[in-house]
Amino acid sequence: MLRLVSAFASGLLFGLGLTVSRMIDPAKVLGFLDLAGDWDPSLAFVMLGALIVTTSAYALARRLQAPLCAERFASPASTAADRRLIAGALLFGIGWGLVGYCPGPALASLGFAGGRTLLFVAAMLIGMALFTVFDRTRRPVPAR
Amino acid sequence: MDHFTPVSATLGGLLIGLAAALLWLANGRIAGISGIVGNLPTARPGDIGWRIAFLAGLIVAPLLYASLAGTPVIRLDASVPAILAGGLLVGFGTRLGGGCTSGHGVCGLARFSPRSMIATCLFMAAGFVTVFLTRHLVGG
Repeated sequence: MLRLVSAFASGLLFGLGLTVSRMIDPAKVLGFLDLAGDWDPSLAFVMLGALIVTTSAYALARRLQAPLCAERFASPASTAADRRLIAGALLFGIGWGLVGYCPGPALASLGFAGGRTLLFVAAMLIGMALFTVFDRTRRPVPAR
Repeated sequence: MDHFTPVSATLGGLLIGLAAALLWLANGRIAGISGIVGNLPTARPGDIGWRIAFLAGLIVAPLLYASLAGTPVIRLDASVPAILAGGLLVGFGTRLGGGCTSGHGVCGLARFSPRSMIATCLFMAAGFVTVFLTRHLVGG
């Protein structure tokens, strides 16, 4: 139960942060990506503000045996950069630049759902599902 | 001045940082939106609830903000084909690359993950180039 409450609170803070920083607005994000135009550096300040807090929090967590409401820290595998990481980041960046939405802001603006936002979220979920299918075809079939 | 908003950007960034800090310290989870959503269909039964709770908070918070401070501006100006292509690329790309702006950009950089640094540089560079091509070369 506590884990659900902390996850909900985290989602609330995240959504509030996206709204306050105006990163929920694709045009504002595109203003950051438009280096050659009327450049708006705001997104860099959002990342800087977030990194100040997360860097301290991750450093603090290293002194803990386990998280407060769970058995262990689910650390991502820290393998070297491979072709998947590179191709994935590039494809994501192209999509981000085409529209101005990354996954967080797209989902956060669902409450004000215009048809176009819904369309983006639907396409994004289909893209994610296509990856799941692609990933299965690439993985060796487990022996029975 | 409306164009560059360093104060609200930093303030919002601090809130996003707090969100990621809370999820890590309390639940031991990375606040990466693409992973939280993308792993939902294949997650084990005990691993589903917190994902739904987080996403509910993410969607509810802007509505709460709107009821107090007015509806946030959301300008989605891309054409329908661009929205469809962009959505597919963002969905597939973030899953293939193992993260998005939040997972690699906010959480990974704070953990000094080399993977996340490379990913963040690449998706930023791809975003810059894409906007340059669509706004200044093609769209002109």
